Amino acid sequence: MIDIACIIATATIAVASLLTLYRLTRGPGVLDRILALDTLVINTIGLIVVIGLWFRTTMYFETALLFAMVGFVTTVALCKYLLRGNIIE
Amino acid sequence: MVIVEVVISLLVLVGSFFLFVGSLGLAKLPDLMRRLHGPTKATTLGIGSMLIASMLYFWAVEGNPSIHELLITLFLFLTAPVTAQMIAKAHILRETRERKALPDTGRSVGWATLDPAEADERSEVTRTISTP
Repeated sequence: MIDIACIIATATIAVASLLTLYRLTRGPGVLDRILALDTLVINTIGLIVVIGLWFRTTMYFETALLFAMVGFVTTVALCKYLLRGNIIE
Repeated sequence: MVIVEVVISLLVLVGSFFLFVGSLGLAKLPDLMRRLHGPTKATTLGIGSMLIASMLYFWAVEGNPSIHELLITLFLFLTAPVTAQMIAKAHILRETRERKALPDTGRSVGWATLDPAEADERSEVTRTISTP
């Protein structure tokens, strides 16, 4: 039962990532693209958690944690660059 | 044990549904300030539900409880509001139309996004550092 739920969840997250990619390519402003990248990272974390549940291994949690940290730092650095024209002052 | 598996499957499905809703809101809503709602609220709910499912699985079925999921949940719940606020600040700074619609702050200092130098000068932290 968990396997079937994981397959359905993987398909749903794939469709969600496609919608995010649509916003990433079409987005009118640069901030729309930053928001789309952030959402794509969150979708990837969900996908990694589902795959870890599907393969019955705890090995992927470090990957999810790293994705969360790198995604946050990327978004904040891009926004900081747009705000102040500099990242580390 | 069957009940636990049903609960885990439902949590995984609910989590993926909320991830989908967040991305749908990002793709469909007309304006950046409205687009911010979808990802930052629904995806934290989706990821939280998925991590609860994973924690429940490794605790109840496999028999070894892990705290990695709690770390990811804590980190995401701490960082999601910060990200949303940074994007909103940059949006207000870049769009002239948004800037004109802002109300007055009611103080001697303007919005921190719009005059950062003045706001930095008068802020509590800078004052305590600069005055000996």
